[in-house]
Amino acid sequence: MTELPLIGEAVAVAANAPGARKLAGAKIGVVTFPGTLDDRDAARAVRLAGATPVELWHAGTTLGDVDAVVIPGGFSYGDYLRAGAIARFAPLMSKIIDAANSEAKLPVLGICNGFQILTESHLLPGSMIKNDHLKFMCRDQVLRVENNTTAWTGDYAAGQEITVPLKNQDGQYIADEKTLDALEAEGRVVFRYVGFNPNGSRRDIAGISNAAGNVVGLMPHPEHAVEAGFGPELGSGTEGLGFFTSVLNKIVGDNK
Amino acid sequence: MPRIVVDVMPKPEILDPQGKAIVGALPRLGFTAFSSVRQGKRFELTVDGEVTEEILAQARDAAETLLSNPVIEDVVNVEVVEA
Repeated sequence: MTELPLIGEAVAVAANAPGARKLAGAKIGVVTFPGTLDDRDAARAVRLAGATPVELWHAGTTLGDVDAVVIPGGFSYGDYLRAGAIARFAPLMSKIIDAANSEAKLPVLGICNGFQILTESHLLPGSMIKNDHLKFMCRDQVLRVENNTTAWTGDYAAGQEITVPLKNQDGQYIADEKTLDALEAEGRVVFRYVGFNPNGSRRDIAGISNAAGNVVGLMPHPEHAVEAGFGPELGSGTEGLGFFTSVLNKIVGDNK
Repeated sequence: MPRIVVDVMPKPEILDPQGKAIVGALPRLGFTAFSSVRQGKRFELTVDGEVTEEILAQARDAAETLLSNPVIEDVVNVEVVEA
């Protein structure tokens, strides 16, 4: 992935963090589909967190030696048919599905369109439909971290509130009542909207995980809140970085 | 050439935001008889040659795997339409 100049304090923080050298060896794949928008930002977030991003192309048939995968946001295949529905059948997706379900439990994060792809892949339950107000919405959104034991949330405190950008049209999370009850009972509601539900999602759900906690999907965009001065004005502006440092610490911890 | 028509509708228990917007617009145009609208999708699959049972089975399979998402939608109709 093309090297971009790094701006802001986050660089120094990541480079000086304890164990930074070990983290840099960790490789995090970022998938690009036709119509993906946020792959560069996701790769940059990976680098700012201290790891090495690896470009993954949707038509590829191998994940190489990546330690985790981010499926970024955008409009894969123009959202034709249903958001994420065509991307779900890309050759690389079957590799990701197998790796996520394998004993090694590859950590997978789906952001926005990536979340939609994960539900279409049945790695996560439920589905997203059009926002209840029918409009595209872009705003800084407060979320509560409801579960800090997943592969992607270990660096947050349980109940911590973070602000990250949200931008979507098909963001209304829905599932049947039985599925919603099960998600709640198993602690698999990982993020909830705070103060304002931007799309009519059931039970204010912003993000969920699979049973093992290695697969997490959410509609808002942590990768856009990783650099001081370039993220939301509310809070530190870098409150999304924890996703990427969390998975790194998990990877490094697992390889001790 | 024959076509296989597949109709997909949002599940009855799922609120259909697009249908809701349409039902709101209808009375503004004087169409006052309709109390509810649900919006679905129609797919037309063209077949080169005869539609065999095997091809029809493929269409049903495609309807369940790709053309619809069983979490939010039902396949309500799969039928052959001769050209």
